[in-house]
Amino acid sequence: MKRRSSEGFTGWEYAILIALVLLTLLLCVCVGSVSIPFSTTVSVIFRAVGGLSQEPGTAAAIILSSRLPRVLSVLLVGGSLSLCGCAMQGLLQNPLADGSTLGVSSGASLGAVLAIAFNFYVPGVPFAGTMIMAMAFAFCSLLIILGLAYKLDFSLSTNTIILIGVIFSMFASSLMSIVITFSGEKLRSITFWTMGSLHGSTYTNVLVLLVALCIFGGALLLHYRELNAFAVGEDNARNIGVNVRKIKLLVLIAVSGLIGVCVSVGGTIAFVGLVTPHIMRILVGPNHRRLLPASLLGGGMLLMLCDLAARVLLNPMELPIGVVTSIIGAVAFVIIYARRQRGV
Amino acid sequence: MLTAEHVSVHLGGKSILSDISFSLSGGEWLMVVGPNGAGKSTLINALSRGVSYTGRVSFEGRDIQSFKPRQLARYLGVLRQGAYGGYGFTVEEVVRLGRYAYSQGLFSHGKGEQEAVEAALLQVGLLDKRDRSLLTLSGGELQRVFLGQAFAQNPRVLLLDEPTNHLDLPYQKQIFDGVKRWLAQGKDRGVICVVHDLSLARLYGDRALLLQEGRLACEGVPGVVLSSEQMNRAYGMDVCGFMKGLLGQWET
Repeated sequence: MKRRSSEGFTGWEYAILIALVLLTLLLCVCVGSVSIPFSTTVSVIFRAVGGLSQEPGTAAAIILSSRLPRVLSVLLVGGSLSLCGCAMQGLLQNPLADGSTLGVSSGASLGAVLAIAFNFYVPGVPFAGTMIMAMAFAFCSLLIILGLAYKLDFSLSTNTIILIGVIFSMFASSLMSIVITFSGEKLRSITFWTMGSLHGSTYTNVLVLLVALCIFGGALLLHYRELNAFAVGEDNARNIGVNVRKIKLLVLIAVSGLIGVCVSVGGTIAFVGLVTPHIMRILVGPNHRRLLPASLLGGGMLLMLCDLAARVLLNPMELPIGVVTSIIGAVAFVIIYARRQRGV
Repeated sequence: MLTAEHVSVHLGGKSILSDISFSLSGGEWLMVVGPNGAGKSTLINALSRGVSYTGRVSFEGRDIQSFKPRQLARYLGVLRQGAYGGYGFTVEEVVRLGRYAYSQGLFSHGKGEQEAVEAALLQVGLLDKRDRSLLTLSGGELQRVFLGQAFAQNPRVLLLDEPTNHLDLPYQKQIFDGVKRWLAQGKDRGVICVVHDLSLARLYGDRALLLQEGRLACEGVPGVVLSSEQMNRAYGMDVCGFMKGLLGQWET
């Protein structure tokens, strides 16, 4: 019997996955309050990429200045959040771990709101202040949550972590409400940010997300072996020679960095990071060599479709994307929890 | 090969192990016995750097604290007791993790990885179940998977913490015979094994340590350490009489 020598995807499998992502992307650019024919969309994007002049009409304007940056941002945010969820679920051996269930996203939001309220700017770089605060607060939240969980329950059981995460989320939300109450003339910009979603995304947003994904996501993707070892068990990881403390710190920094950037651009988008790795684990198995890239691409696709649903379901009204993911995610959470209780 | 000098462990202000010294020589199977709470598992944890301790543990004269995690994993393999409740990795994937300490580049396998994995699978008799998910295995098979992982690490010293706890008799025999074969393959190998079952300790052990309330009560050949006076004192009951009574059940 010939065996696959590698645990990763083959080139063909990658090609199919990427083709699926591109197709979803085109679909999401075409469909909306004004539907644009597929051929027009393709030609507009090709002309833009090739630097050619556009044909007259509104199609090019809609696609290039509004839909394309938005869909690209959604793709990157979905992929990033799913990658983070996947890494945390492996690191903590906990299939319910995710930025939203652990309270990291709420922590990041609190950081971002504080940055706006107290005018924390980095001169010359747009929204860098919000982003740095969001990242720092995401990291501190993770440390607080895991530290508390260690103190209360040394074995770090699944339920303890989730419970502490939920309580921390409430705590962070209350603090956020207090900040908003006393924010005075900043109220408008804070409200604007919390409602923000990915509606008005720009190419700058896309670029920032892409850079963050390359740095932090790249670090996660390269440590698939260590994540496999953690997913089997932390003691086991130590026994086979993994530098447990170093890898843990590295993954936590990468995850909070990536979640911080996503939150500062698009607000809290719950549950993508929980649901995607779970679906992908059923499709490609638990090995992180395949699971991490599959979650990255699959999460992008999933969030693009959620965003599409948010735009067209109540046309011409638009739902916040977080609402759609929360509805799907809450149901999925119950299903995953039930399956775990039954030991499936 | 492995030497412990004055090893003590304190956890939460309580002394779990105090002043343990012993050494393991090549080709030797050292059994660690003692009543519950004597500190047997903690000893294995200290020897594998799973818990912080005072004193010194050295491998061939070099302090184990000075090894990088990957280096140490090439010398020490550890098998712990414990249920696995994680994700559905396959048998082969978990055994392959044992080669982590030898992996070089990010994507290239270490030298001889596939051969080592196959040999380990063969040694624990799981070659035909290599693609099975861990979630579908029995307790005995699961324990053999992790023994296979330790074999794939190709260590010099195996540390086993109650490797056959909760396992039925045939599985106990399979695991212990597997370890015995592994030990016989080279004179520069050694085994330190915590066991509950005193008969197994007598049958397979070359030497034994008796721990009692965190102290080293006795050390030597199994016949001496596991003698009835020692056992009766450590366990506070007539161990030998009880064992003979058990055996008597088979003679009618």
